[in-house]
Amino acid sequence: MSEQLVFTRPEVLADVATHYCPGCQHGVVHRIVAECLEEFGLVEKTIAVSSIGCSVFLYNYILVDTVEAPHGRAPAVATGVKRARKDAFVFAYQGDGDLASIGMAEIMHAANRGERISVIFVNNTVYGMTGGQMAPTTMVGQKTTTCPAGRCMEREGGPIHMSEIIATLGGVAYCARTAVNTIKNIAQTKRAIRRAFETQINGEGFGFVEVLATCPTNWRMSSVAANERVGKEMIPEFPLGVFKDAAKEEQP
Amino acid sequence: MSRIVIDEQRCKGCLLCVEACPKSIIVASSRFNAKGYKVAELPEASMDTCTGCASCAQMCPDVAITVWRTAKSKAKENE
Repeated sequence: MSEQLVFTRPEVLADVATHYCPGCQHGVVHRIVAECLEEFGLVEKTIAVSSIGCSVFLYNYILVDTVEAPHGRAPAVATGVKRARKDAFVFAYQGDGDLASIGMAEIMHAANRGERISVIFVNNTVYGMTGGQMAPTTMVGQKTTTCPAGRCMEREGGPIHMSEIIATLGGVAYCARTAVNTIKNIAQTKRAIRRAFETQINGEGFGFVEVLATCPTNWRMSSVAANERVGKEMIPEFPLGVFKDAAKEEQP
Repeated sequence: MSRIVIDEQRCKGCLLCVEACPKSIIVASSRFNAKGYKVAELPEASMDTCTGCASCAQMCPDVAITVWRTAKSKAKENE
């Protein structure tokens, strides 16, 4: 009769139905963030900054104080919040249409300044909320509503690899790309987010985690097929791994 | 016997849990929930096979699965 509860919803993750489409992996990333906040005992001192996009309703799902930033400006808002409230734990949660497009300036400078914030960047290669337009991260050949014949390398260029770019900037303490398509990758994502949060807690610098996720609706795929696409098409284009870890560089 | 409980009102029928289950015992049911999603289920007959690994629960984007693990007993749920 020794039954042990091994998996349940973290308390800080609201017990409500999300507005996300079936199979959308924002839910998985929300859960991992919520678990990490609980594990570090940060719930009471966290201020989240949510972005524009499907993740705009973050404040309905992760029950911490939240600031809603204008489109793309989450790292700038998070900078202000962190500088005004140095004792607070501040993280921004952004999608690829938000962070890699309109928010490119803010993320680059926040990373370069080495702000003591953590940024979770969910990359699903498409603008989800607005109806599946081409994003900077859209892959060559991928069909979206604004490139119905597929993204053309000559006309629109190739997808932006944010993690590789961020890793080259001075103030970055931790930068990694992970996915949530398999159990193994979910475990890696949790390790990465935990490490990114740690860099902020220890005051090491800027923490950045890019998570590859699906958008079954705008990819026009079933949830299962979309999840397979992450492994087959996205990971070869966006290789997983840790691109920078300040703690490891100091001890060669 | 380990067991899982799927919150059918939260399930959106994406069936990622079906793919994630190493024992392949979760299946699509023929029931619809209040929102009109065809929910996933673990048939009572296959519950014995469940190891409580929580792969399905970790994969579930809607955190609709709760997992209990038991070494060896005849635990009866009282949900």
